[in-house]
Amino acid sequence: MEQGQISLTIDGKECVAKEGQSIVQAARENGLFIPTLCDFRSLSPAGTCRVCTVKVGGRFVPGCTSPAVNGMVVENETAELTDLRRALVEMLIVEGNHMCPSCEKSGNCELQELAHHYRIVVPRYPFLFPVQKVEARMAHLFIEHKRCIQCLRCVRGVRAKDGHEIFGFMRRGSDVRITVDVTDPEAVSEATAKKAMEICPVGALIQKRVGFRVPIGQRRFDRKHEKDGKQL
Amino acid sequence: MRKITIEPITRVEGHGKVTIKLDDNNQVVQSRLHIVEFRGFERFVQGRPFWEAPVLVQRLCGICPVSHQLCASKAMDVIVGTSSGELTATADKMRRLMHYGQFFQSHVLHFFHLASPDLLFGVNSDPLKRNIIGVIGAFPEIAKKAVLMRKFGQVVIHLTAGKKIHGTGAIPGGVNKRLTPEERDQLLVGTPEFNVDLMVDWIQEGLELFKGYHKKNHEFIDGFAAFSSNYLSLVRKDGALDLYHGVLRAVDSDGAKIFDQVDYQNYSDYITEEVRSWTYMKFPHIISLGSEKGWYRVGPLARLNTCDFIPTPLAQKEFEQYKAYTQGKPNGMSMHMHWARLIEALHAIEMIRELLKDPDIIHGELVKTGERSGEGVGVLEAPRGTLFHHYRVDQNDQITLCNLIVSTTSNNEAMNRGVTWVAQKVINGHKEIPEGMLNQVEVAIRAYDPCLSCATHAVGQMPLELVLQDLDGNQLDRRIKNVGDFDGAGT
Repeated sequence: MEQGQISLTIDGKECVAKEGQSIVQAARENGLFIPTLCDFRSLSPAGTCRVCTVKVGGRFVPGCTSPAVNGMVVENETAELTDLRRALVEMLIVEGNHMCPSCEKSGNCELQELAHHYRIVVPRYPFLFPVQKVEARMAHLFIEHKRCIQCLRCVRGVRAKDGHEIFGFMRRGSDVRITVDVTDPEAVSEATAKKAMEICPVGALIQKRVGFRVPIGQRRFDRKHEKDGKQL
Repeated sequence: MRKITIEPITRVEGHGKVTIKLDDNNQVVQSRLHIVEFRGFERFVQGRPFWEAPVLVQRLCGICPVSHQLCASKAMDVIVGTSSGELTATADKMRRLMHYGQFFQSHVLHFFHLASPDLLFGVNSDPLKRNIIGVIGAFPEIAKKAVLMRKFGQVVIHLTAGKKIHGTGAIPGGVNKRLTPEERDQLLVGTPEFNVDLMVDWIQEGLELFKGYHKKNHEFIDGFAAFSSNYLSLVRKDGALDLYHGVLRAVDSDGAKIFDQVDYQNYSDYITEEVRSWTYMKFPHIISLGSEKGWYRVGPLARLNTCDFIPTPLAQKEFEQYKAYTQGKPNGMSMHMHWARLIEALHAIEMIRELLKDPDIIHGELVKTGERSGEGVGVLEAPRGTLFHHYRVDQNDQITLCNLIVSTTSNNEAMNRGVTWVAQKVINGHKEIPEGMLNQVEVAIRAYDPCLSCATHAVGQMPLELVLQDLDGNQLDRRIKNVGDFDGAGT
């Protein structure tokens, strides 16, 4: 093992990772799948969604914020964890109004993809059907609060040129919702809307007037499923 | 006093029931077709972003979603500052290809899967045999071709809209894809068992089947539920049959034009809707004629009554023969709707063949937009008739108003008259009412190919209820048609 490397086992498989990597990063580097929703490329992890939960030493820990440690034994794809992750995805679904048939994020939506991965046909929890108004007053951005899963990806990832945050969260607990400073010209620009839609894992942040421009078959997960020989 | 209820109506799309009231002498005093479901799309589309409408409202229906998607897109073309007549050549032709694919599969479905059992076995035949499964058993070649023809139309939709049902091909101002040469060849060249030329041949065989039946049974086909009416449809500006785009034309029972060359953006100056307490379906009528006399029919019969000619050679030849049968006068014979439907299916497949040879479906710009507008109307000819979509959109891009006049709604009065015709001519005066008699009520409704719910339902699960009631409203007899009761496969 080279300097700066560590070794750990995930589901019994010997894995080598770089020091400082999270369990999720270590798994990816070794070709293993741990589901994520709030994780996004180079952003520092937030640990908000918990669908990456793994078991280490008999305890549940979030895989994205827990560092991989030399000699660590990680449980990942066990029946218990699969059920737990499925339950988390189901909770996210019932907390919002996720109407995939008419949502323009369908085929590009990470929540839909996870629901598909876990074969969720009917959630075990009752739908809450939250009544939340859409925010449509901005020229380029449409905010669909009832689809937001509070992952904080927009807050962390969409920033103005000088680095200040454009999106923020207001209220607390289950009432938490995204907000934007509409007096900030950068916040209401077309570029921000485009970036926000890209970074949002679901259909909560929608760039206006571009919906359904990508045909079925060429969307992100259509291509993945085609590759896998599956159909969404 | 008795009340007969037929519920559910079988071999139609959606859920409906018929009630017929008879007095103590078994004389019919009232007959009605009730649509018992409520959809509410006009309300819940409010507040949604306008570009979502074509994808959302198509969920009204699993048989003709393409019609709703295209019609909403046509309205949204106006919202984004263009019009359906000004789209790029690629967008126009891809949408037409999708639309004709929809026409072909829907008309084939109706004639072969839903209506043909009545013709092939007779309206009074054993109901256990009088269904598509019976057709497969007794006429396997016809059934096989019917299945493959419908499949062909669905493949056209799949390749143009992305999915066979509920695709996303049409978007405000255009389309989101063109065909690849491989996709085109899948239809144009295909295989020896599955290509566009074969479909043209097979639908002509279907026409011959109908004409042969007509020859032997002209009294039934010409006389059953025949009555005159007004007719409405889109036509091309030069009077040609155009199922996708054109101007509104209405003619009366003599063929005189009630209005013509009407820009459909102004449809509400010519047509309005009336609400009645006993059904969820509204009653549209021509304003200038009033609600009593202004009702009209839409669909295949109406379209061949309003248009002057069909712009494809094989269908035009059939059209001439069809028109000659009534000496060029409007045709009010309800069962001739099947004839007209098959001529339209031939026209649709001829158009598909023409479009597949057009290079614009392979190359070219997809979207065109202009100056935003706050209101737009889309109108096209759906398989069942003229379809209206009307939207208002505010400055935030949210829909504030939606009005849909679905084809079956326009035929509401006509279907009720068809039911009344059967009640008075067939059921009136009979104490015992056998199943075959009740089936004739359904045959009259079925001729319109109604989409009662505009929704997807599995074969075999469709309901029609017939209730026999006395004058005080007491139920005397009730027949509910379910799988295994009468029809082996109600749809």
